[in-house]
Amino acid sequence: MAMNDGSPGHIDPQGLRVTRQNASQLLRGHELEGRNPGADPEGTDLERFVEERVLTTTLDRAVAWARSNSFFPATFGLACCAIEMMSIVAARVDVARFGYEAFRASPRQADLLILSGRVSIKMAPIVRRIYDQMLEPKWAISMGACCSSMGVFNNYSLVPAEKFMPVDVHVPGCPPRPEALMHGVLKLRKMVQDDPDMGWRDRYDARGTEEVVQAGGRDAAENVPLDGAS
Amino acid sequence: MSEANGQQLSDYRRREQSITLSPIEEQIGEGQDDTREEVLTLNFGPHHPATHGVLRLLVTLKGELVQEIKPIVGYVHTGIEKTAEDKSYWKVIPVIERMDYLAYHFNAYAYCGAVETLLEIEVPRRAQYLRVIHLELTRIMSHLVWLGTSALDLGAISMFWYCFREREKILDLFEYSTGARMHTRYLQIGGVVEDVPPGYATKLSGFLDEMPERLAQYGALLNNNEIFLQRLRGTCSLDASTLLSLGVTGPLLRAAGVPWDLRKAEPKCSYEDFSFKVPVGTVGDNYDRYAVRMAEMGESVKIIRQALDGLPEGPHITTDRKVALPPRHELATSMEALIHHFKLVTEGFRVPPGEVYFPVEGPRGEYGCFVRSDGSSKPVRVHMRDPSFVNLQAFTHMARGDYIADMIATLAMLDPILGGIDR
Amino acid sequence: MPDATGLELIAQELREAQGAGPRAASGSPVLDTDFFRGRASLRIEPEHVRSVLESLRGRGYAFMSSLHGVDYHPSEPRLGVQYELLDMARVDRITVKLRVPTSAPEVDSVTPAGEDGPGWPAAEFQEREVYDMFGVVFRGHPDLRRILMPEDYEGYPQRRDFPIGGEPILFTFNESEKEGSPR
Repeated sequence: MAMNDGSPGHIDPQGLRVTRQNASQLLRGHELEGRNPGADPEGTDLERFVEERVLTTTLDRAVAWARSNSFFPATFGLACCAIEMMSIVAARVDVARFGYEAFRASPRQADLLILSGRVSIKMAPIVRRIYDQMLEPKWAISMGACCSSMGVFNNYSLVPAEKFMPVDVHVPGCPPRPEALMHGVLKLRKMVQDDPDMGWRDRYDARGTEEVVQAGGRDAAENVPLDGAS
Repeated sequence: MSEANGQQLSDYRRREQSITLSPIEEQIGEGQDDTREEVLTLNFGPHHPATHGVLRLLVTLKGELVQEIKPIVGYVHTGIEKTAEDKSYWKVIPVIERMDYLAYHFNAYAYCGAVETLLEIEVPRRAQYLRVIHLELTRIMSHLVWLGTSALDLGAISMFWYCFREREKILDLFEYSTGARMHTRYLQIGGVVEDVPPGYATKLSGFLDEMPERLAQYGALLNNNEIFLQRLRGTCSLDASTLLSLGVTGPLLRAAGVPWDLRKAEPKCSYEDFSFKVPVGTVGDNYDRYAVRMAEMGESVKIIRQALDGLPEGPHITTDRKVALPPRHELATSMEALIHHFKLVTEGFRVPPGEVYFPVEGPRGEYGCFVRSDGSSKPVRVHMRDPSFVNLQAFTHMARGDYIADMIATLAMLDPILGGIDR
Repeated sequence: MPDATGLELIAQELREAQGAGPRAASGSPVLDTDFFRGRASLRIEPEHVRSVLESLRGRGYAFMSSLHGVDYHPSEPRLGVQYELLDMARVDRITVKLRVPTSAPEVDSVTPAGEDGPGWPAAEFQEREVYDMFGVVFRGHPDLRRILMPEDYEGYPQRRDFPIGGEPILFTFNESEKEGSPR
């Protein structure tokens, strides 16, 4: 959650702990317990508290719960991490347990981009294009060291993913074990259950870049800023 | 993207922009001769489920027949060779392992072999046998991933889970002996980084016992499968002389009938101690490529069995302390060992100047590592001749004149690994 | 591997085939022979690369294993191209090396077929890679474009004086200082 006074938004790592939680607990808002029991929330915590209690309706929570349990990852294997991403689809670390086995080839049908592998400068515009083609709400996991930071190769040809697209979860490792990637996906699931938007439009100053499909015509896919300035 | 800076865009960038949809001026077939055919250039973009990795293909089609394929690579170019110039010799090993990311021990072996040739050091026999065990396990693992993803492309989806089940067993073995599943940095200059732990032989033996039966099961699923045969048999064959002129090596060349295998022709690392056959195809079509790789997995099992049974005693890395780290227990007692350790870890060893090219036989063909050294502790040039890069040149020759579905099957049988192609 | 004497004999034949005797100072294609660690290599003049490779093909080295570039900076001529040839029947390898200066980095391409021989189609992608990484222009190459870098990239990355580049690693303490950073 971005704050207006310019300090970087802080997500409390305690709140992202992956815990067993069933739907009814989630809907009733029990996830705040255990974070700072007994203390009065203030600052960002207060905003979150209010948003989660008052502004966020039960319907929103139900939608967030449904969204988090049915990510459709886009097949986006770039390099070595792609092999470990294939391993999570395989039987040992079975991603189908959680409902994420429907890897969609088309980005228009996917909502989770697992960037697995090194992003070279030739590939970066294409990754951005794929990310733009995904429908909202969409999330991105940067898997492995190469796209999270520069990884093993800090040189002229690689770009860290954060430079050109918003990333929600970074999974470290080279390559991360399939269990580690699964942990990252489950962390994302927890984040989505709390707040699907995760405020990234504010973080990235991206208000006004929503794509609005005009009725008819071939120019339907152009980005149209909401305020009408073209 | 906008019209305003259209002039500043280079030709290349303009081609990379979105394809604008323009209405078709004249309807095909209406008022025209219906037999007129269009030549269509299709972009199999870098993001595509059927290309194995980020390979971009510009396919020119006439109807459904492929006229020409232009592969565009470079989408995962990592500058590994340039990065390797910046690091001391043993630090290059983790970097160079990540080139062909399914045959990581082979990358490391080609490099270590080149540096050992420059240094003129001898690798102990036990280290050679351990290297062979890991290399052949990597070969089986690479072929399993190939089989799983190729069968997935062709529609035999359940093969993916079976192959990855075996792959998990191999990765367990790697984790047991080296500590990591992928990119294990196990092969070091002078030998291997550490000896195998107790119990490894039992685990490996158990894996080897069940592997032939699994291979037989996979064969039973696929070998006589009608759909598989129709997709693969007789499609996209290429004769041996064209393959040789294109520089193709590995199972692709062997499928066309040329029994060229560096493990037999130029045996290094004690491969001459093991008796194994080299599977060779006859026609060179996709089915032969598939059969050659399946048979190679069985032969690799035999090699590992022989290596395990005949594993000699001895050091696991060269005893030359100027090149290899001394064992940790010596550091407490010997000053010399401490000094060696310090020198090796901070600066690294110096390699006499020279250039050498060291070829090895990997799962996709000939991996050749070229290392040039100028006497300092960092290599001046490291280049990997990657087989996928050279084999890709044959792709358009293979698929020309066949259907686009056969092109997909050929790409699967070609087994390209983009990390190796782009480096 | 041809042994040291075999290598010298090959070099001798190549020199004589070009019409230059063993004592001729100019016009000889073979500048040097090197037998290092059991591997034979010939250093040749760049103009004669096609003819040397064809005569080696006639001698049995019909398979081109690898074509790669080296930057010998700071010693001139700076850019080197190396051709690894393999004779499968006799299991023999030989390396052909040549060097060109940065001022005139041009070499005849061995890819296309010409009147002197069928060419080496194996060299197609590899020559493009040497062009991309070092800037060596191969005259007569059917499609000399950059292969690994974007086609409009400027600079030749693998030259020794090209900076390795890279980004400062973002940690939590410095992530907001970096421009363009989202936080």
